[in-house]
Amino acid sequence: MKKLRYAAAQWAIGLTAAALALAGCGGAKVGEDPKPSAGGKECGSFNLTVSPWVGYEANAAVVAYVATKDLGCKVVKKNLKEEIAWQGFGTGEVDVNLENWGHEDLKKKYIETDKVAVEAGSTGVKGVIGWYVPPWMAEKYPDITDSKNLNKYADLFKTSESGGKGQLLDGDPSYVTNDEALVKNLNLNYKVVQSGSETALIQAFRDAEKTKKPLLAYFYEPQWFFNELKLVKVNLPAYTAGCDADPAKVACDYPPYDLDKIVSKKFADSGSPAYDLVKNFKWTNEDQNAVARMIAVDKLTPDAAAEKWVNANRAKVDTWLGK
Amino acid sequence: MTAQLEYPEIDDDNALLSIQGLWKVFGPKAQRVPRRPELASLDRAALAAKTGCTAAVRDLSFNVAPGEVFVVMGLSGSGKSTLVRCLTRLIEPTAGSLIFEGEDLRAADEKRLRALRRSKFSMVFQHFGLLPHRKVIDNVSYGLEVRGESKPDRRRRAQEVIDLVGLAGNEHKYPEQLSGGMQQRVGLARALANDPDVLLFDEPFSALDPLIRREMQNEVVRLHREVGKTMVFVTHDLSEALKLGDRILLMRDGAAIQLGTGDELVGAPADDYVRDFVRDVPRADVLTLRWIARSPRDGEPLDGPELGPDTLVREATRLVLASDRPVKVVDGGQLLGVIGDEEILAVVADPADSHWTARPSDAQPSDRPAF
Amino acid sequence: MAAITSDVQVEVRRPRRSVIIGVLLVVWVAAYFLLSGIDTLPLGGQETTGFHRWLTENRDFVGQGNVFFDAIRTAVDHLVVLLQDLVSRPSFGRPVPVVGWLGVVAISAYLAWAFGNWKVALLTAAGLAFVGLQGLWQESMDTLALTIAAVLLSLLVAIPLGIWAGLSNRAFKVATLILDLMQTLPTFVYLAPLTLFFAIGPAAATIATLIYAAPPAVRLTAHAIRSVPPESVEASRSLGSTRGQTLTKVLLPMSRSTVVVGINQTIMAALSMVTVAALIDAPGLGQTVLKALQTLDVGVAFNAGLAIVVIAIVLDRVTTAAGDRPWRTASVRRKVVLGAGAIGVLVAVWFSRTYVWAAEFPSEVGIGSRIAVITADVTAWVQDVFGGFTYGVRDAVTKGVLNPLEALLTGSPWWLVGAVVVTLAAILGRWKAAVPAVVCIGLLVATGVWQDSMITLASTLLATVVVVAVGLALGVWAGRNRRVDLAIRPILDAGQTMPPFVYLVPFLALFGTSRFTAIAAAVVYAVPVTTKIVADGIKAVPVATVEAANSVGSSNWQVISKVQLPVARRAITLAVNQGLIYVLAMVVVGGLVGAGALGYDVAAGFAQSELYGKGLAAGLAIVLLGVLLDRITQAAAPKPHGKGDKQ
Repeated sequence: MKKLRYAAAQWAIGLTAAALALAGCGGAKVGEDPKPSAGGKECGSFNLTVSPWVGYEANAAVVAYVATKDLGCKVVKKNLKEEIAWQGFGTGEVDVNLENWGHEDLKKKYIETDKVAVEAGSTGVKGVIGWYVPPWMAEKYPDITDSKNLNKYADLFKTSESGGKGQLLDGDPSYVTNDEALVKNLNLNYKVVQSGSETALIQAFRDAEKTKKPLLAYFYEPQWFFNELKLVKVNLPAYTAGCDADPAKVACDYPPYDLDKIVSKKFADSGSPAYDLVKNFKWTNEDQNAVARMIAVDKLTPDAAAEKWVNANRAKVDTWLGK
Repeated sequence: MTAQLEYPEIDDDNALLSIQGLWKVFGPKAQRVPRRPELASLDRAALAAKTGCTAAVRDLSFNVAPGEVFVVMGLSGSGKSTLVRCLTRLIEPTAGSLIFEGEDLRAADEKRLRALRRSKFSMVFQHFGLLPHRKVIDNVSYGLEVRGESKPDRRRRAQEVIDLVGLAGNEHKYPEQLSGGMQQRVGLARALANDPDVLLFDEPFSALDPLIRREMQNEVVRLHREVGKTMVFVTHDLSEALKLGDRILLMRDGAAIQLGTGDELVGAPADDYVRDFVRDVPRADVLTLRWIARSPRDGEPLDGPELGPDTLVREATRLVLASDRPVKVVDGGQLLGVIGDEEILAVVADPADSHWTARPSDAQPSDRPAF
Repeated sequence: MAAITSDVQVEVRRPRRSVIIGVLLVVWVAAYFLLSGIDTLPLGGQETTGFHRWLTENRDFVGQGNVFFDAIRTAVDHLVVLLQDLVSRPSFGRPVPVVGWLGVVAISAYLAWAFGNWKVALLTAAGLAFVGLQGLWQESMDTLALTIAAVLLSLLVAIPLGIWAGLSNRAFKVATLILDLMQTLPTFVYLAPLTLFFAIGPAAATIATLIYAAPPAVRLTAHAIRSVPPESVEASRSLGSTRGQTLTKVLLPMSRSTVVVGINQTIMAALSMVTVAALIDAPGLGQTVLKALQTLDVGVAFNAGLAIVVIAIVLDRVTTAAGDRPWRTASVRRKVVLGAGAIGVLVAVWFSRTYVWAAEFPSEVGIGSRIAVITADVTAWVQDVFGGFTYGVRDAVTKGVLNPLEALLTGSPWWLVGAVVVTLAAILGRWKAAVPAVVCIGLLVATGVWQDSMITLASTLLATVVVVAVGLALGVWAGRNRRVDLAIRPILDAGQTMPPFVYLVPFLALFGTSRFTAIAAAVVYAVPVTTKIVADGIKAVPVATVEAANSVGSSNWQVISKVQLPVARRAITLAVNQGLIYVLAMVVVGGLVGAGALGYDVAAGFAQSELYGKGLAAGLAIVLLGVLLDRITQAAAPKPHGKGDKQ
């Protein structure tokens, strides 16, 4: 038995060696076809944080593609949660954030107090936050899109988690919400239930539409998921400037967000052409959705999606490059 | 009154190892137990209830003579294994003195103790305590290795003792490849390799089959004859104790019950516990004529055959029964007593009678070999 | 004799104990109806206490730029980058890593063979080839580089600590406490602060992994040192060895196989951190999983998760084989074959540095995408078929068991719950259990997240009960039947190492966002370890004992309930304890699928800076719950009776 084993082992080694020798006679050699090396001298390299949602990834893909192909920069992408990306401005680990949703407190800390980051203008994308229902509900109960009628339908939204009230599903813990205050101040017979993640929210909507289950949940645009399902927003009392000043007493809709870009002070002062690109980068919700769709639904790599979009929208890209 | 005082003792001056008032107490604040008489006098259960302490060894005193095989015997839990570990301070004694070749072992520092263990003492363990990751020869030479001997030297010495204990040919096996008896030979060889003055055995053969056990006992007898080491041998097996021991210390609950030669234990048990202990021993194999000789009755013919007092009863049986007159027990020309058929038969025929008590003949032997 | 008397005592005491506990629970329920709603210490989602704000403000008190942390960071970064240069990314001016795939496969298989045996060598080669075919070669190598770095550093810290804890009773006690903390404190709690100390990058990820992965190695090293037969140590001492000699020549060599088990568990723990560490930009398969999750792409996530499982199984089998290797040194024959193998490996490495086909894993074979498609289809099918049914189960369990339990815990005044818990601990374990219970309850109140703790406690209790029930059933089955054992081991391994993130999406589909979903996820995660421990315990019951039971005509059930389970009691206590720890480890993941409470608090503290303090407090509350439940279960477990060991 033992002998057999060793014999087998010897044979295996012998055969492998022979196979390698045969196979090795052909085939391309490493370094024969050197790939074009990336990284121009003038541009240098910069660190780009990539926040965990597909819309952001679309921004990052396009900016990284243009910076690499047109400016010869080296772009280092870092997959980080927002909060940690902000910390990165302080530690020098992050140079560019391409889509910031508000975060006034962090702006205060890192831009005003610590002076390690600066604003770099709007991305042109408009962020909307609110309460949404799946399309079938908006069709079946047309008046549900007015928050005044929500109590009427509270029974529909009861679940095992909501303790006899209607369920309002909240999302990713990253987002600051006023939902508990809103429910209270608008006297809604609802209970806020934490889904805990964006994944859970999207899955809930998918399921709700497919099996015609009622669902009321916190959501936001732009989001690649709107390509799959056109969620319908429930209108809360209209937003007026300052109506959300006191978080405990808020009784109005979320403000529209003008999503903006943040860069590190160091990067802004570096004089790199990449900084100008980031500063000039501006597109629309439709543009972002188009790229996000290619990534999320068509399963293209971010680079391939960016290439496709840039080739189709050369004029827009040229304006970012100051051409 | 401790039992050993009734019996001939080794002088402190002649002793190789002298133990005085040795205590080992386990438990919280153990030191107070030997110091305070009201605690020291409690029995095991009362002491445990009162202080939470267990006295594994209590107030032992004895001497071991050079070249002697000194057996410590007792049932499990009697403290004998603790005692043998206290002798080289593998377990630190709580109180008492340990004198080895005139040196106070309890005063020795760590370094001196290590030096003593490397050259003067060796121990053989019940479950062998071998190192499974080393070959036989490396196990045997372990003690030489830790005292820093060169590789050729320790190989040579290890080979010598391997041959001595009959392990030749197994040098490059691993312990797990050997039978239990062979493994204990490795333990024995390891202990001998250091060429110690004293060999300590902690129930070395109790984990072995009876046949192997007997073979190993004979091995020890042979080694003792050939190398003449002093041995302290712990066992719970009375027949082993009788077979090997020059003297036997019987322990119970940490205390000494009786110290004496095998025939003394069997012939004159100190109390019922000892009597119970030795009741199944074939007396004829242990007792000598000294223990059964009686004074001649009036008118008894005193012209029978003569035998020495240290002749075993079994050896004398045939002669006594064949003779129509009482056999005389004579020591150095002096008549110690006579033995007739009934004395012999009382020993041979009824060994289980626990009420039977032998008395040594009036004349105490004065010429016992001084150990 | 002693054993018999204490048996009798237990028989007498037991019914009385259960009656007292029953009365206690009835009193509690009655008091609940009277007092419900008073002093429940609620705290809203965005609300914080002064303690939380204080924690938030003092989060970065050590701060950045500290020379000490910088030195560690640089060293660790260099180690990881070096490993990545070797196997995973273009380096030293070449478009490929130093060693290409062929070289990596050859070296790994060779090492597996040299330290283990030819079977695990084959497994290694097949496993690595498989992840390559999945299209995940580079990601796998990144994961491997990070895992190796984290495991090496863990062992560097853990083995000396383990030796210390093995030799000193005091160190052992302190170490046990700290290790419990390290293992139950959710990673999310220290992930963000770590990036402050060690910056974003491989160093922080490696150190986060180290914190989680080092404890098993410390524990098992200490355990190994402690279980070296005392006679061997005595023998060594009796021959005059110094402490150092006894350590290096006796204790360490004799601990080898147990230490290897520790290394094995450290590797498994490190791999289970791969996805979590990806949240702070750790490279590798974790990134793939997280990315796929953003678009709910179960197929791709599963494919990457499967690669983690394959790597885990390979590493597990190789280390196990290495630990089981007998002491004997190699025969001449084996040495010759090993030498020949080494030459073959060198040839393979040379190829992998010279030819493109041996350097970069051929990308044409895409079984990865096929796996992804099949998984997606199967998931969709399961959702369609079982969807309605699973919702029914969820609602029944939630309404029938979970809601009443949670109402009792959250609705009672905190002092009532505290009193009940302390009394229960006192009944089960006297003051030894009652004192820790008092301390834990006090600290839980101090964390300010009392009500969330009670919600989490309700789910944890339910999940643990299910885990223990399932684990016992499966474990007994596997322990009694070798074939079953062989069949379910790989499934258990997969359940243990598959990142929970992967099955969150299908679970969400089946059960919606709910506490039940979190419980289901925790059960899937914790059942494997419980089952394995129970199975090993049952297998360790002496054959003679079982034969004796059979010889008096016991039925199967009698053998199990009267012989095997009682004899395997220690293993079962351990299984309950580990099941509990694993359930608690999933609290945060549960927070991501709708369990809310502590898990959500921790996740929110990681994501929102102003909630950091609350997240940390919630993390500590999870640890406190762990300690509390551990002490009570330990106290409730039947004590081994009979007299203590002979000195």
